[in-house]
Amino acid sequence: MNPRLLPYVLILPVTLFLCLFFLYPFVLVAQQAFSNSSGFTMSNFRDVTEHWKFPISLKNTFLLALAVVPIQLALSLLMATMVTKMKKGRDLILYVWTIPLGISDLAAGIIWLAIFEQSGFLNSMMGGLGLIDSPTNFLSYTSPVMVFVAIMLAEIWRATAIMLVILVAGIGLIPKEYYEAGEVFGATPWQRFLKITLPMLRPSLQTALVLRVILAFEVFAVVQALGGTLFPVLMGETYAYQFELLNSGAAAAIALIILAISITFTLIIMRALRVPKGATI
Amino acid sequence: MTLLSKVIGAASGIALSCTAISAQAEVLFWSTQAKPVEEAQAMREQVLSGAGDVDYQPNDGGPWITRLNAELSAGSGSIGVLGALHGDFSAMNPDDLVNLDDLGLGAASDTFNNLAKLGTDNTLYVPWMQASYIMAANKKALEHLPEGADINTLTYDQLIAWATNVKEATGEAKFGFPAGPKGLKHRFFQGYLYPSYTNGVVRTFASDKAVTAWEKMKELWAVTNPGSTNFSFLQEQLLNEDVWIAFDHTSRLAAAFNERPDDFVAFPAPAGPEGRGFMPVIAGVGIPRTAPDMEASKALIAHMLKPETQIATLRATNFFPVVDVELPGDLPPSVQAAGNAVAIMSASPDANPGLLPAGLGDKGGDFNRVFVDTFERIILAGQPIEAVLEDQKKTLMRIMEETGAPCWAPDAPSEGACPVE
Repeated sequence: MNPRLLPYVLILPVTLFLCLFFLYPFVLVAQQAFSNSSGFTMSNFRDVTEHWKFPISLKNTFLLALAVVPIQLALSLLMATMVTKMKKGRDLILYVWTIPLGISDLAAGIIWLAIFEQSGFLNSMMGGLGLIDSPTNFLSYTSPVMVFVAIMLAEIWRATAIMLVILVAGIGLIPKEYYEAGEVFGATPWQRFLKITLPMLRPSLQTALVLRVILAFEVFAVVQALGGTLFPVLMGETYAYQFELLNSGAAAAIALIILAISITFTLIIMRALRVPKGATI
Repeated sequence: MTLLSKVIGAASGIALSCTAISAQAEVLFWSTQAKPVEEAQAMREQVLSGAGDVDYQPNDGGPWITRLNAELSAGSGSIGVLGALHGDFSAMNPDDLVNLDDLGLGAASDTFNNLAKLGTDNTLYVPWMQASYIMAANKKALEHLPEGADINTLTYDQLIAWATNVKEATGEAKFGFPAGPKGLKHRFFQGYLYPSYTNGVVRTFASDKAVTAWEKMKELWAVTNPGSTNFSFLQEQLLNEDVWIAFDHTSRLAAAFNERPDDFVAFPAPAGPEGRGFMPVIAGVGIPRTAPDMEASKALIAHMLKPETQIATLRATNFFPVVDVELPGDLPPSVQAAGNAVAIMSASPDANPGLLPAGLGDKGGDFNRVFVDTFERIILAGQPIEAVLEDQKKTLMRIMEETGAPCWAPDAPSEGACPVE
């Protein structure tokens, strides 16, 4: 076979797969969002954005992303540098830290629900230690901050590992010579981290942040398990339109709004963390 | 033709005929009811044991409608019989359901049989089983009943006073309300609170009487367990005693009565100034136009309506028969308790029965959301009652005008779409 054609032949199956199961449904969803029984319309978008819950769910989604992603970024950087410094047991620690990745997000939500609910572990522990007399309900409409904190903790626990694995791989690619040169010139460990690790990690940081931010805008199952209707998010509204109100047009409209937000943030992150032309590792 | 394509052709041919054979042998009963594992198992082993080869598959509403719609738009399918609530059927296009007039089957109640026509002239599903919403209480709560109150003729004011007494005595709010994501709170507003206070649902949605109703709801909420926003099946909270007094669907209270029959009492819903509002729940069986074997599907529907099947269904699901049958004496405690409470409720002199929303088509979900949104805004978010009612009224009016649904009881009949006054 012509070697020039070979790469295209090799990516053909996955291209076909994506066209059939991603592009084609995407076109259908876009069509649904912009049409009703009488043809082209913006009424689906008007309906969903005018609903009283839309601004609240938009705000909640952003707030959650804003609270969770920076903490996860810091944590995963810390964990990645720790792991690379380890001489023994590195693989074991990595496996343990990535366990939450193997759990479905709904299961993760249910695990944290078992901790926070009225008859949950946290209450029985505090009761056992004599800190409280009777179990309190943490996840109630009267304590929105607590609901938010519970969702935040569950999200951090669940999805930090995905950034960690990308960053560990990225750090492994940084040539040792830079660090050796840094040490020769007397750079402290903190300076080496700031001046060598961080800049050299740019491509990995970009990937990790893009992935994580997109996931943050799609957050659904964890919120559903812990907050129910107390903490509306965009994806939850999509689900409600599709399955409770059987309104596919409106569901498609919110899905497109989420897509637009995700694309915007992807572009911003790509631009902010771009590797300058000509610079290579 | 190459050898490979011959082999592929033969294989797909065999695969196709295999599915065709299995589709003919089994009737797929695609249901939104009897979902809990024990109920589904009881449906398979007891209710459907004499009905030939039936594959009973219960599902959540979402997957249920998704597969059904996929089969309908493909024009061919494997679902033989649909089992669902009235609301699920009324959200379908009537043309997608097979006319069941020739079966000559129906419920003992003409109201139910009329609902089953979905606004057409033909029977599009056959009423299958019914239930209602009642109150249940832990016997420990009875000593806190306000003076002069009789549990069987309770008013909303007495209920609030009772729950307040319990809260004062125990230090905890122990009234439970199904306000969780899967809870049936909207039915409480549509079938209980509104009829009891306004003698209507749609016409009176934003009336002065409705403002009073929501004020009472606020009072009740003040003595309601704040965890109620996570409660969807009150039997759980009754059993773990987070809740002593509860309102819910009869089948969502059943486990409490069956596990500890001596600890709980069932009683009618409370009454307001306009009477004791209450609402039935009705499930039906129908056939989609894409059913593979029409005769087998119709035979299965006929089986579901037999008196002995209806009693087996009652034991399996805690839903009551829709045909006239003599109930045996050895029914589970939940059935006896619920049956008793429903009987007292419907026979009470101030009974003000409501009907299920009818004629809303696929806007049933939007209609429910008007009430859920009103609840979340007034009760949970603390927004002013009049302003919220005025705002939600616009949505309700749009739904009624779009669907043209006429008023149903207890609203006074209307010419054309039911007006919001």
